[in-house]
Amino acid sequence: MFKNVTSKQWLGLAAFLLAIFVAVPMFIAATGRTDFYFTLTMVALLSIASGGVWLTFYIGRINIGQGAFGLIGAYASAVMITTFDVNFWLALPIAGLFAALVAVLIGLPILRLRGVYFAMITLVLTEVVKLTSLALDITNGARGITNIPRPDALSIFGVTIIPDFATMANPKLGFYYLACLLMVLAFAALYRIVNSRLGHLCRSMQQNEELASSIGVNISHIRLIVFAISSFFGGIGGAMVASLTQSVYPNTFQVKDSVDFMLNVFLGGLGYVFGPMLGTLTIYFGWDLLFFFGKWQLLIYSTLLIILMLILPNGILSLRLKKPGSDVAKAADAAGLALKEGK
Amino acid sequence: MTPLLQVKNVTKKFGGLTANNDVTFDVAEGEILSVIGPNGAGKSTLFKMISSFMSTTSGEVFYKGEKISNNKPHIIAQKGVVRTFQETTIFKSMTVRESVVVAQHLRATASLPGYFFGTKAAHHDEESFGRNADELLEFLGMGEIRNELASNLPQGNLRALGIAIGLATDPKVLLLDEPFAGMNHDETTKMVELVRSVRDEKGVTVMLVEHDMPAVMSISDRIVVLNFGEKIAEGTPLEIQNNERVIEAYLGSADDEIGM
Ligand SMILES: Nc1ncnc2c1ncn2[C@@H]1O[C@H](COP(=O)(O)OP(=O)(O)OP(=O)(O)O)[C@@H](O)[C@H]1O
Ligand SMILES: [Mg+2]
Repeated sequence: MFKNVTSKQWLGLAAFLLAIFVAVPMFIAATGRTDFYFTLTMVALLSIASGGVWLTFYIGRINIGQGAFGLIGAYASAVMITTFDVNFWLALPIAGLFAALVAVLIGLPILRLRGVYFAMITLVLTEVVKLTSLALDITNGARGITNIPRPDALSIFGVTIIPDFATMANPKLGFYYLACLLMVLAFAALYRIVNSRLGHLCRSMQQNEELASSIGVNISHIRLIVFAISSFFGGIGGAMVASLTQSVYPNTFQVKDSVDFMLNVFLGGLGYVFGPMLGTLTIYFGWDLLFFFGKWQLLIYSTLLIILMLILPNGILSLRLKKPGSDVAKAADAAGLALKEGK
Repeated sequence: MTPLLQVKNVTKKFGGLTANNDVTFDVAEGEILSVIGPNGAGKSTLFKMISSFMSTTSGEVFYKGEKISNNKPHIIAQKGVVRTFQETTIFKSMTVRESVVVAQHLRATASLPGYFFGTKAAHHDEESFGRNADELLEFLGMGEIRNELASNLPQGNLRALGIAIGLATDPKVLLLDEPFAGMNHDETTKMVELVRSVRDEKGVTVMLVEHDMPAVMSISDRIVVLNFGEKIAEGTPLEIQNNERVIEAYLGSADDEIGM
C-alpha cells in the first residue's frame, strides 16, 4: 500500500509519530502546561478539516466553505448523541458521512463553477449552515447543544479498546491521543488518495480537462467524490471539536474559520500532502503568540501572513528543496495550475 | 451487416454559420477513412460531434446501431469511440509513460477503493498498465522518450503522444485530427505505417482528418470530402483524385493544394 515510500520518509514518519505521541506528552508532563493539550488537540482536529480543503485544491477548486461542513458534522454528532442516544463511536463516522452527503447535494450544482465563482459560493455556505442551525428546533437555535457527554467506551466483541472518557483520569490526554490518531489516519488516507488511481485521475483532469474526458474520465463524478471526501474530513473534524468542547453553537465555526482552513492550506503549501498540518499549527499558534500585541493583533497577523505568502508562494514546506520531476513537484505544479486557471 | 459507425444527416450551426450541413456517410469496421477538405470545411467539427464533444444541431451519429451523438464525451470514450486533438493537447506535468498509464484507466478491474487499499486486483491492474504502456510505446517507437515530461517534447513527438494516449484507451474507433501535422516527411511516412499497423494488428477502425494529401491517398481505404460543411464526394482515393467537384473545391481555395 505504501510501497513507494522511501526509507527516509518512513524515518521521518517514525520521528513525527514519536514526537506527537511520546515527546509532547512528556514535555507537557514535565512543564505542567496541561493547557497545551487543548490547543494541540484543537490543532490536530482543525488540520483534519484543512486536509479536506487541501484535497479540493487537487480538483482545482478553492474551497472557503469547510466551516460549513465542520458545523454540519458537529451538529450531526451532537444531535445523535444527545437526542438519539447514539454511541459516540458510531456518531462520529455517521457525522462525517452526513457532511459528505450534504456535500454531494450541494456539489452537484456548484462544482460546475470554477475559480472565483466556486470560491464565492463556498464562502456563503458557512453562513447558510449557521442560519439553518439557528432556525431549526433539533439544533436548539441560538442556545446550541451543550453538555454533550464525553465519548463512551469503545468495545468490539466485548473487548474494550478505548475506555469511557468520563472515567479517564486524564480525559485531556485521551482526547489528545484520539485527535492525533485521527489526524494521522486522515493524512495517511490523503497520501493514499493522491498516490492511487483517484489522485491520478484528478491530476489528469487538472492538467487537461478535454484530454481527460477524451480518455473516458467522468470529470463531474470525480469532482463530486473528491468534494465529498473533503467534506467528510470537515465533518469528522467538526464532530470531534463538538465532543472536545462538549458543546456546539451556531458560531462554533464561522466564516473566519472557513477562511482560516484555506489559509492553513496555502501556508503549508498546496504541493504537500502534509502542508495543512504545518499550516494549521503555524496559524493557530501564530495568532495566539500575537495576543501580546493587543489591539494590533489582527493587523500584525494579517501583515505577516501576506508577507509569508509573498516570499513563500508555494508554502512553508517549499523551503525543503524540491527535486524537479518528483511527486511533490508535480503536485505543486498541478495545484499552481489550479490557481492560475481559476479565472 | 450494419456499418460500425453511421453519420446521418448531421448539421451543425454556429449562429449564422453552418459548419456541417446534412452530412451522411458510413464507416465500416476495420476501415481507414479520411475526411478531407479545405480549412474551415467543418472536419474538426464533425469529429467533435461524433465523439460527443459537441452537440449536433440536427442529425445523429450511430455506433453499432446505437445513437452516440449529443451525449457526454467520457461515455462515448467508454464505448470505444475515442478522438485525438488537432491542437497540442497533453498532460503537461506527466511523463510520456504516466500519460499512457493513466489513459488505460477504463480497463481497470479494481474499484477506486480497491486502489486506495491496494488490493490484489489493483496491483494486478497497475502492473498490466505499466506493461501495456511499455509495449505500446515500443510499438510506436517512443520507448526512448518514455520518461520525458510531456511538456518537454518536440512537436512531432507531441502528435505521437496524442495518438499513444488515444490508443491506450483500447478504442474500437479512433478519430485522429491531423495526426501528421508538424511532422517532416520521414516522420509522416513512419506514422502512416504505424496507423496502418494499428488497424491491421489491433483491429482499430480509424477515421482521420489530414491535409497531407500524399499521406491521405496512401493510407485511406475511403475518403469523404467536405467543402463549406457539405459532403461533396465520397469514394476510394482514386475516385476522389478524379472527382470534378473535389478538384474544383481545392482549386477554388487559395491556401490549399490537393497535391496529386
Ligand atoms: N466553437 C465554434 N464557434 C463558432 N464557430 C466555430 C466553432 N468551431 C468551429 N467554428 C467554425 O466552423 C467552421 C468549421 O470549423 P472546423 O474547425 O470544423 O474546420 P476544419 O475543417 O477542421 O478546418 P481546419 O482544416 O482549419 O482544421 C469554421 O468556419 C470555424 O470558424
Ligand atoms: Mg480542423
